[in-house]
Amino acid sequence: MAQMTMIQAITNALHTELKNDENVLVFGEDVGQNGGVFRATEGLQEEFGEERVFDTPLAESGIIGLAVGMSTQNLRPVPEIQFFGFVFEAMDAVSGQAARMRYRSGGRWNAPMTIRSPFGGGVHTPELHADSLEGLMAQQPGLKVVIPSNPYDAKGLLIQSIRDNDPVIFLEHMKLYRSFREEVPEEEYTIDLGKANVKREGNDITFVAYGAMVHAALKAADELKEEGIEAEVIDLRTVAPVDIDTIIESVEKTNRAVVIQEAQKQAGIAASIVSEIQERSILHLEAPVLRVTAPDTVYPFSEAEEVWLPNHKDIVEKAKQSINF
Amino acid sequence: MSFKNPLEGIEEKFEMIQILDEDGQIVDEDNVPDLSDDDLVELMRRMVYTRVLDQRSIALNRQGRLGFYAPTAGQEASQLGSHFAMEKEDFLLPAYRDVPQLIFHGLPLYQAFLFSRGHYHGNQMPEDVNAVSPQIIIGAQITQAAGVAYGFKHNGKKNVALTYTGDGGASQGDFYEGVNFAGAYKAPAIFVVQNNQFAISVPVEKQSAAETIAQKAAAAGVPGYLVDGMDVLAVYKVVKEARDRAVNGEGPTLIETMTYRYGPHTMAGDDPTRYRTDDMDDKWEKRDPLVRFRKYLEGKDLWSEEKENEIVETAKEEIKEAIKKADKQDKQKVTDLISIMYDELPQNLEEQMEEYKEKESK
Ligand SMILES: Cc1ncc(C[n+]2csc(CCOP(=O)(O)OP(=O)(O)O)c2C)c(N)n1
Ligand SMILES: [Mg+2]
Repeated sequence: MAQMTMIQAITNALHTELKNDENVLVFGEDVGQNGGVFRATEGLQEEFGEERVFDTPLAESGIIGLAVGMSTQNLRPVPEIQFFGFVFEAMDAVSGQAARMRYRSGGRWNAPMTIRSPFGGGVHTPELHADSLEGLMAQQPGLKVVIPSNPYDAKGLLIQSIRDNDPVIFLEHMKLYRSFREEVPEEEYTIDLGKANVKREGNDITFVAYGAMVHAALKAADELKEEGIEAEVIDLRTVAPVDIDTIIESVEKTNRAVVIQEAQKQAGIAASIVSEIQERSILHLEAPVLRVTAPDTVYPFSEAEEVWLPNHKDIVEKAKQSINF
Repeated sequence: MSFKNPLEGIEEKFEMIQILDEDGQIVDEDNVPDLSDDDLVELMRRMVYTRVLDQRSIALNRQGRLGFYAPTAGQEASQLGSHFAMEKEDFLLPAYRDVPQLIFHGLPLYQAFLFSRGHYHGNQMPEDVNAVSPQIIIGAQITQAAGVAYGFKHNGKKNVALTYTGDGGASQGDFYEGVNFAGAYKAPAIFVVQNNQFAISVPVEKQSAAETIAQKAAAAGVPGYLVDGMDVLAVYKVVKEARDRAVNGEGPTLIETMTYRYGPHTMAGDDPTRYRTDDMDDKWEKRDPLVRFRKYLEGKDLWSEEKENEIVETAKEEIKEAIKKADKQDKQKVTDLISIMYDELPQNLEEQMEEYKEKESK
């Protein structure tokens, strides 16, 4: 076992799969000699060669289109979009093509690619670097969307994503890259896609979160404990497909829920989870299911980030609103 | 093969245009642009000012007093020589490294600093500044430039759209689309590709099999020129001619300027030693745009050390004042951002406006 940051766990997972499967290719802007702008691919070109780990010309639609084509040649591409806001450049290749490859060929072809990309707020990036666009991705049938909240999960989920035979969008929250270390086994292991993780047990209220918001939810739970309120915290790990069973089991125990996302409120993952809960468990609910989200503006210019982003205080407030309903 | 390779001889068609060599000597007498002594001095003043601004911006970034910043040293001739050919009414679509052109197009310096800090007022062009704020998405400005140019033509205005991208940017689909559209409409656009040899860490050789970026214009039926981007006279001359053609209804031009950025890609953790050598840096620094233009002006008795020092001091003073003014700007609020989302606020934002007013009053 070793102590790793999330970025190290990601490098470790890429290394594992490059070694396990010669069809795995890692490519994108600056991922070769430079090792990626966050150093996620550090040392990989040196070890596996330029044929398997390489820089691309600067064009996101080209990068993902390339991956779609490679899929027909028995390859398993792991392209990187340097920051997820740039995925707009590649929307047709991602949603119009990769996601529909299996469907439009009646199963003759598939697109077993894993698109890795940093995203997430709080690190003062310029426009279109920090946006949470997972809702947009999750709305596209054919894609899976994975968002780890910690180093251990990042490794197991990334290996599983690469092995998955359908396209996976693997989103890495920038704030979590180096914010803490934890034990991560050197040997390989996988974590199933579509399975949530109960990070903390409690009987009074359920928090459903993913990515960096898992940590805000845990912090809120700590604060509430001092007032005698026990929150259960669910880390979704995969936002498409969502692990409804785990959520429902928890909500039917606590009878209250707050769904938390860093993204804006309109449409979105949280809205869809709220619907799922009320459709299945309305008679178990003691209060409306509430959401904690960012407001419905474009992701803010960085000076306003701190106020704009949801935080643990917002979660505590909503939890109390639910409990006092 | 029995057919002639159409690429044969293409290098000769896209030879690099130079007017002033590295020693400040005129090498192409016939093409020296028609600029007054005052213009020549003003060009040099802008380059010196920009070099100082670059040094100060890097220092301010390191002190945490500026945010996002993309260094400009090495690219002054490419940036300011091209912009010098513009008229005030022409429209500028810069990329993130092209803040100097915006400043000389009229953006107050304190606003450039606010842009760096991530304050929306930094993106709010004053009424008399025909420009959009620096583009972060590589290539997006290029198709938009075709649209601005279409508008000029449609409205019968004798103006041009000037846009910038880099060697990396020339790989984007948007690049080909923008140049092709402007060509198809014979729209008055000028596309400057500043080839500073790298897109972050990726060397230009890895972007394309093409020998030059300039030749990519040929596929769109648009003239393309390769220019020494560290020779301010050559850059100015080629862009000026492109502008003349554009306002004459002869359509767009693509111009590749060969240059180099001395600094890191941005101040956000890029380490150039990972992808380039000291030798390469030295080779390019020998071609420095300020050094050679200074020599040229000194030879004409138009420049002196005192004059340069004066400009440096003025620049430092103006930078200090601009930072002070930026510091005094009201903190950006979420409610400000809500209010600029739409012409009329929809119901969800009206509600959130109240919510955030309350939050902000605490
Ligand atoms: C669509 C898009 N993809 C990727 C990036 C990240 N990025 C910012 S600058 C850059 C390199 C650009 O190189 P070049 O076009 O040569 O311009 P330079 O920075 O050298 O001036 C990259 C990859 C981006 N901002 N937008
Ligand atoms: Mg470049």
